[in-house]
Amino acid sequence: MIPAEFDYVAASSLEDALRLLGEHGDEAKLLAGGHSLIPLMKFRLAAPSVLVDISRLPELRTLRPSDGHLRLGAGLRIRDLELSPVVREQVPLLAAAAASVGDRQVRARATVGGTVVHGDPAADIPAVLVTLDATLVLRGPAGERELSAAEFFVDFWETACGLDEVLVEIVVPALPGRRWAFEKFRQRSQDWATVGVAVQETADGEHAVGLVNMAPVPWRASPVEDALRSGAAVPEAAGHAAEGAAPPSDLRGDSAYRAHLAQVLTAKALTTAGAGS
Amino acid sequence: MASMVGATVVRKEDPALLTGRGRYVDDIQLPGAVSMAFVRSHQAHARVTAIDTEAARQLPGVLGVWTAADLEGLPATRSIPGMERPCLASDTVRFVGEPVAVVAAQDRYLAADAAAAVVVDYEPLPVLATIEQAMAEGAAPIVPGQASNVVMDQPLTEGDAEAELAAAPHRTSLRIRNQRLAAVPIEPGGCVASWDSTGLTLYATVQAPHPVRNELAVMFGLPQHEVRVVAPDVGGGFGAKASFYPEFILTAELSRRLGRPVKFVETRSENLVSMTHGRAQLQDIDVGFDDEGRLLAMRVAIVQDCGAWPDATGAGLPTLTIFMSGGCYKVGTIAASFRSVTTNTTPVAAYRGAGRPEAAYLIERVVDVVADELGRDPVDVRRVNLIQPGEMPFATQWPGIVYDESDYPRLLDTLLEHLDYEALKREAEERRRDPQRPLLGIGFSTFVEMGGFGPSPLFEQFGYIGGWESSTVRMNPDGSVVVSVGTSPHGQGHETAFAQIASDALGGIPMERITVRHGDTQTIQEGIGTMGSRAIPVCGPAVQRSSDKVRQKLLQIAAHLLEASEDDIEQDGERFAVRGTPGAEVTVAEVALTAYKPHKLPEGMEIGLQVMDYYEPTNLSYPSGAHACVVEVDRATGQVSVLRYVAVDDCGTVINPLTARGQVEGGLAQGIAQALLEEVVYDGEGQPVTSSLIDYQVPGAPDVPGMETHHVEVRTSFNPLGAKGLGESGATAAPQAVVNAVVDALSHLGVRDLDMPLTPFRVWTAMRAAEEGRAAAASDGTGPPPEAMRPDPAAPPPPDGMPTPPADGDDTWKVTP
Repeated sequence: MIPAEFDYVAASSLEDALRLLGEHGDEAKLLAGGHSLIPLMKFRLAAPSVLVDISRLPELRTLRPSDGHLRLGAGLRIRDLELSPVVREQVPLLAAAAASVGDRQVRARATVGGTVVHGDPAADIPAVLVTLDATLVLRGPAGERELSAAEFFVDFWETACGLDEVLVEIVVPALPGRRWAFEKFRQRSQDWATVGVAVQETADGEHAVGLVNMAPVPWRASPVEDALRSGAAVPEAAGHAAEGAAPPSDLRGDSAYRAHLAQVLTAKALTTAGAGS
Repeated sequence: MASMVGATVVRKEDPALLTGRGRYVDDIQLPGAVSMAFVRSHQAHARVTAIDTEAARQLPGVLGVWTAADLEGLPATRSIPGMERPCLASDTVRFVGEPVAVVAAQDRYLAADAAAAVVVDYEPLPVLATIEQAMAEGAAPIVPGQASNVVMDQPLTEGDAEAELAAAPHRTSLRIRNQRLAAVPIEPGGCVASWDSTGLTLYATVQAPHPVRNELAVMFGLPQHEVRVVAPDVGGGFGAKASFYPEFILTAELSRRLGRPVKFVETRSENLVSMTHGRAQLQDIDVGFDDEGRLLAMRVAIVQDCGAWPDATGAGLPTLTIFMSGGCYKVGTIAASFRSVTTNTTPVAAYRGAGRPEAAYLIERVVDVVADELGRDPVDVRRVNLIQPGEMPFATQWPGIVYDESDYPRLLDTLLEHLDYEALKREAEERRRDPQRPLLGIGFSTFVEMGGFGPSPLFEQFGYIGGWESSTVRMNPDGSVVVSVGTSPHGQGHETAFAQIASDALGGIPMERITVRHGDTQTIQEGIGTMGSRAIPVCGPAVQRSSDKVRQKLLQIAAHLLEASEDDIEQDGERFAVRGTPGAEVTVAEVALTAYKPHKLPEGMEIGLQVMDYYEPTNLSYPSGAHACVVEVDRATGQVSVLRYVAVDDCGTVINPLTARGQVEGGLAQGIAQALLEEVVYDGEGQPVTSSLIDYQVPGAPDVPGMETHHVEVRTSFNPLGAKGLGESGATAAPQAVVNAVVDALSHLGVRDLDMPLTPFRVWTAMRAAEEGRAAAASDGTGPPPEAMRPDPAAPPPPDGMPTPPADGDDTWKVTP
């Protein structure tokens, strides 16, 4: 619970952060809210020799509507998403998922970019981004590149974000008035999801379904979506929730229990989001 | 004058604690202090073949690294003779977390880095992670010099009650696992040791500074007055801070060697493997009963998991479980035995209730199973068995275990007045028929436990020098009062409660004029400590007696000053007057000042206003209660929600209803958490799976349900205060109330028993198994399945003590009980 020795540098700008990353290579880690990184360091699962603090960069805390989308700065706090009237109106699924993360103190510190680059499949926001077909904007020494959420999440705690890159923006579709649901099952009121389900009615009236903690990456439950598309009723479609997923087994449940929970929660979420009606 | 005992008073300690002005061990900054860190074993059982400390020694700021070989002759911690645990493992490590070396460095970060740089080579030994493995044929003894891992094997009765069980009209059996728990005090373990010309000082977060002083004095060959142990503000203990830890000796020894103060403060991860665990019992019960559910005979066989090193109190905890195994019932006869078994796990010792919650859970589950077998209401079965008020004090079959005054039927009646049981039963029935609604269950717990630990002959057996407590009451020359108590609080509110008792006994001295001091062996007279719900019932009377004696002297001096007869002196708070003589008055402060002016005192009276007194209780006290829990069980997920928790307690005299409520609610929170969330889990290799608070499921405030607490006060005659103690009642009462409720909710499925913690996963697994069993039975026409759910007493235990997980074979479910 005591981290190894490290140096701390506060980046003065995004460019400065990129320069520092280039300078220190895989010795450096970006520090934003610190709510994933610091615990890893305390357990000595991570021991970066330099922390580059980007938590106070105003350019990462922007929130801009743009062409039917919302562009969210990676440095926004989870609490910003929870409380922003724009997010609540345009992407209420994201606001609801944000409100379910940790406790208020955690949400006030942790950033949306931090939870995304940590790549923990048990985190809520990544599964919502996969459900929303979000686009992730990365900036590196060679400029910017964009990846879909599906491309971005590679494996457990592993993303496509390079060592010399900074996640700068998350682009999500604005879907005001579209129905949605977020179901999170947890053993304690402030705990990771044993299983979570995000459902979003898309602009063309279909339903996208994403799952929390059901695979090594935030999981898109395509078989459910396919079933709905081919006219299946909610209970039948929800029965496909765990298809192709690889849920973990731990003290909170084995994979069979998680598969069952995914079906139960998906049925509930689909109903709430008006699927099959 | 209104009595302070019984008054709702806001805690005197809270303004400091709530504004961050508490002073805990880590707040103590001694000049020149260095930090100590442990190198802990990450192997559960292994031979240590080499320890390379060279790299660590070379790191900046490191003052030294020591292994067992470097500290030859250092005493072991006290335990059962022949089983003493060395402070550092030498040739063999026996559990994950056992220290193999210590480092001292300029600060705790450097110390942690240095500890990480020590390289230990291990040669793995067979790991005995469970009592089943440890007791298996051919299992090598973990503790050197022992013949086997069964370090205690004690029948407490001569017979096995087989004849009585066989003669009973009905008979059934039950296997209970009371799972291993961690105490998780908000302040983890820690201490600071320092030597100077007066000897050794140890600041430590402990429940009993005097016993720690006594141990250290022996270990360092010092007279007791040359060892000062201070328990400053202590952030929770729950029994686990009553044990003696290697760091007490090691910080002292390193401080002696370095000539500088040495501080050690655990991290939370260390706390979860280093601080003693609790519970960890496997119980096999046979019970014989008649058509009404009267308990005619019971046989109890307990296996206590001791962990790798038997703790002085931990190994014997099953005796308390057996003494209380009859609960608040007249059980025809009980035959009982226990075995204490070493395993490659963290040592097990006292945890809130220490042996009695295990008993209350046992008997309250038995009563519900009996009711289920007979198809009778669990409340009715309780009623036919309850000890009646006219039978109190009630001598159990165990010598010396005599329940004091209470009224168990009245506790149950009072509970039912608050419950509307009939309506709840109807609702549960309606919900069973409506698959859209969650199931409802109602569970009861009529319990009795032990409080007021003493008297001396009993408490000596737990390693204490006596079972009494002490109090010094000193009135200063200005009339203010200092009460010094031998108990040492860690969150209970002693500064408030003892001031209330002293205020009354001193004739109404205002609370704000009274200060309570504790926890420092240099300034407090002899004391034993705070454990076993003993502070109020044992130290309370000591405070009362010493205050009484001070007041007698005040009255004498007042009478002398007022030239009146003592019998005519009246006290109104801080003022003495002569009855019937208006204007003849003197203040307490004037009287107090006079006590320090010998020339103004009555002839022959001694100077001063200070009385030290001890109180030795005549016996244990027996707090009791009747609790009920109403739960909802989600059919689809297995999630249990506590809808209502109603507690009716009899702790005898209630000193302060506010702190009493705090004690009950805190205990219930821990008891409900045992039922629903908490369990220390090891995998098959003895690796702790619950090694952080991510996986060890302590409830947060929103997870603790609302509670309704009530009191029925039946004073005990075992002490002059009439108080029985309350610190452990909630934790003792709650687990079975919750589990009985969940089993009730699932009873129509044929579920008869469930092992704690009732996580959604476990409840869902049980529901699914029950439903599959019913489906199978229906399809092959063999009728209802309940037998399939019942343990076969002849069957061997499951290999790792818990159901192994379905299909995918994840070994995290191999659980040590």
